[in-house]
Amino acid sequence: MVQFTLPANSKITKGKTHQLKEPANDPKKLAIYRWNPEDDKNPRIDNYEIDQEKCGPMVLDALMKIKNEIDPTLTFRRSCREGVCGSCAMNIDGVNTLACLKSMSEVKNEIKIYPLPHMRVVKDLVPDLSKAYQQLASIKPWLQSKKTNEEEKNLRDEKKQSPKDREKLDGKWECVLCFCCTTSCPSYWWNGDEYLGPAVLLQAARWVSDSRDSERKERLKAINDSLKLYRCHSIMNCTRSCPKGLNPAKEIAGLKKAIVTEL
Amino acid sequence: MTNSYKIIDHHYDVVVVGAGGSGLRATLGCAEAGLKTACISKVFPTRSHTVAAQGGIGAALGNMGEDNWKWHMYDTVKGSDWLGDQDAIEYLCSKAPEAVIELEEYGMPFSRTDDGKIYQRPFGGHLTNNGEGAPAMRACAAADRTGHALLHTLYQQSLKNNVEFYIEYFVLDLISDDQGNCIGVVTWCLEDGSIHRFLSHQTILATGGYGRAYFSSTSAHICTGDGSAMALRQNLPLSDMEFIQFHPTGVYGAGVLITEGARGEGGYLTNSDGERFMERYAPNAKDLASRDVVSRAMTIEISENRGCGDNADHVLLHLEHIDADTLHKRLPGISETAKIFAGVDLTKDPIPVLPTVHYNMGGIPTNYRTEVLRPTNENPDNVCEGLMAVGEAACVSVHGANRLGTNSLIDLVVFGKAASLTCKEKVKPNSKKIEISKSKTDNIIERFDKIRNGKGNSTTGELRTSMQHIMQQKCAVFRTHDLISKGIEEYSKVESSIDDIDIKDKSLIFNTDLVEALELHNLMAQSKVTLHSALNRTESRGAHAREDYKERDDNNWLVHSLAWLNDKGDVSMGSRGVHMNTLTNHVQPIPPKRRVY
Ligand SMILES: Cc1cc2nc3c(=O)[nH]c(=O)nc-3n(C[C@H](O)[C@H](O)[C@H](O)COP(=O)(O)OP(=O)(O)OC[C@H]3O[C@@H](n4cnc5c(N)ncnc54)[C@H](O)[C@@H]3O)c2cc1C
Ligand code: SF4
Ligand code: SF4
Ligand code: FES
Repeated sequence: MVQFTLPANSKITKGKTHQLKEPANDPKKLAIYRWNPEDDKNPRIDNYEIDQEKCGPMVLDALMKIKNEIDPTLTFRRSCREGVCGSCAMNIDGVNTLACLKSMSEVKNEIKIYPLPHMRVVKDLVPDLSKAYQQLASIKPWLQSKKTNEEEKNLRDEKKQSPKDREKLDGKWECVLCFCCTTSCPSYWWNGDEYLGPAVLLQAARWVSDSRDSERKERLKAINDSLKLYRCHSIMNCTRSCPKGLNPAKEIAGLKKAIVTEL
Repeated sequence: MTNSYKIIDHHYDVVVVGAGGSGLRATLGCAEAGLKTACISKVFPTRSHTVAAQGGIGAALGNMGEDNWKWHMYDTVKGSDWLGDQDAIEYLCSKAPEAVIELEEYGMPFSRTDDGKIYQRPFGGHLTNNGEGAPAMRACAAADRTGHALLHTLYQQSLKNNVEFYIEYFVLDLISDDQGNCIGVVTWCLEDGSIHRFLSHQTILATGGYGRAYFSSTSAHICTGDGSAMALRQNLPLSDMEFIQFHPTGVYGAGVLITEGARGEGGYLTNSDGERFMERYAPNAKDLASRDVVSRAMTIEISENRGCGDNADHVLLHLEHIDADTLHKRLPGISETAKIFAGVDLTKDPIPVLPTVHYNMGGIPTNYRTEVLRPTNENPDNVCEGLMAVGEAACVSVHGANRLGTNSLIDLVVFGKAASLTCKEKVKPNSKKIEISKSKTDNIIERFDKIRNGKGNSTTGELRTSMQHIMQQKCAVFRTHDLISKGIEEYSKVESSIDDIDIKDKSLIFNTDLVEALELHNLMAQSKVTLHSALNRTESRGAHAREDYKERDDNNWLVHSLAWLNDKGDVSMGSRGVHMNTLTNHVQPIPPKRRVY
């Protein structure tokens, strides 16, 4: 394995500036965090200028234009370009969001782009999300249901769920696991080793709310822990940042309430 | 030079390349069968393209009206314009209901009917009564985020089953033994830059389609068909590559998709006269005719100057007559998409749409057991041992010349499972390790190293754009001999620059400059065989519409095309008979007839 030599509080230096070669009607500046694990240098901010008339409207369009035409070494994740895969999460203009859903016109001046905060950086705008993925696995995010013999026999019949019960999953099952919320939560920044963070707690809420699941109580017990759950102090950063318009803070409050009333 | 790379070997019973719907379903089945299985993916599983699927997964559950898997089979055969293998289609449609029930058992959050059953909506080309009756309610849906629901559910099941994942590993090539059988893959780990060889008794390619060969596509940027290009490099043929599906309703400009489910819920198309023109082209099914039919109708409307907008270059999709509550409940995702990418509030205004590249019917030929075919003159169904293919990368072929909506998602899970059943039959758990020398894979590492150290005057971005424009202009909805020939000519100019790509990023850790160059090589190989396959087929069938050969020609062309690409870059064409037989005597074969909607 490669050693990451970046010192904890290393200084961010000034990087290269790539100016437009031709005059443009609608120029836009982007200042982007760069760090390559394979050289010994400090992170830096590179400045790029693009012509918005020759570029799609979203920040991701600008990043791809830079990669295709100006600087192919710029590194970021992307896939669906329509806000459903959760790949392109980054900090744009001070807010964690999906680059493919963030319109450039929403940012008045220069667009400042950093990786998701407080995560180990693999390279440039690519964070290491492995811890968050492990935390997701820890809440057993799959349907658990103890079947009776009769049900086992009728395995070929789908389990029924009333539209009302199904509605309880809305606002939870749509999460794209981008971790914009988790990485904007101050409690997660300081206690990320124990605190599960809003994205994972939202998934916990999703399974607690599924009428088909038989382990509601067990699930609530498993997260009823001062570190895993109660580090959330309702600061609401998570909900403000969610690019899918979900409300993890509300769902966390719901979990706390269910624990009080049901356990 | 190959010595400078750190190489790590792994041994498995089965290796699955791809963690989309098909790869995950195959992996789950293999793990359940006790086989030591690895699942390798260039992106985190839930970021695979399957997540973008919207409208539904097809199965004749009959939850919302009478339905029957035999009608589903009839529609699929007809939709395929009789180019689908009927044994495989029977397998797909008869297994579909249990596959959907299984997903529900796994916890997939389907939308529900009032009595609590899985919600189903109509979709293009799905009818009742062997094509004679009303539209069938057959598309099982989780709002308009069915792919998201499916992929996340399968990932959750993988966590439950402790699947061994290798995530953000980019597979470079297949490893073959001296008989040409597959014994594994060589991969590059993006996180730390190391090279890994996976040696396995069966390798399952589940690498998806190559939509990004075109300039405007509904597919994700990662859809570069890597597995199919790897097969070509092993001198295996690809099948039916001329059949590219254009989805009628890509958002004008952005290319993102508005599901056919929007028309299933009552949406319709109009031209600049405000006319519902589909009534002229498909009097019975209208806006819910098959995709090839609707895309051609739209293209004709636009070319006859009945397009909308300042440039008269698109048509309009109306949903504003549907009540806001239904839109919110059934189509929340596209409500968002229309707002963000077209600036349209679809409760008030129509969405500008255009036929957009969407799906590859062609791919790696397999039988219904998902074994990859290496056809010979004596045996068109000869199998390449050790290699299987599933999902959009494969050509089973259940979609023939034109896929019906919802039939891809069901293809992923039915044949993903079929792959695991075949593995179970062919491989014993904890089989003897396959050992090979270091030098056995030198050629693969050399190729990687050569591309990595490329110096020259062209860039990946520039060549990719040129290729995409050629495909978009010369191999689109309507084709002619002259047009495609011109495309081939222009293609060779782009091809001559590919060894000239300058890789600016020389690192090995998360070098996406290099990833994109490798993907471009893969796209180029597939574009080339697509152009040649399109030139070769002198008839019109399904999605392949030749203006110089307007009729379907069953006497000469009721065959799958096969295309090989040798290491000098020459394409050779061949063919393989369509399986017109069914698998069992539960259904009778469906003989070809004229295809009208
Ligand atoms: C916008 C949209 C909507 C759609 N809606 C529907 C619908 O409603 N119903 C329907 O039936 N179909 C729909 N489709 C089609 C369907 O979604 C796809 O055909 C299907 O998801 C493909 O799945 P797959 O498993 O074959 O591959 P994918 O989901 O594309 O996955 C490919 C996998 O292979 C991996 N991979 C690829 N190359 C490499 C490599 N070199 N190394 C390592 N890993 C690699 C990737 O990481 C990924 O995990 C839709 C398609 C689009 C574009
Ligand atoms: S509400 Fe809770 S989870 Fe959300 S940001 Fe605040 S502390 Fe974090
Ligand atoms: S809740 Fe929102 S921000 Fe958080 S991971 Fe899910 S989609 Fe992303
Ligand atoms: S690229 Fe998929 S969410 Fe942005």
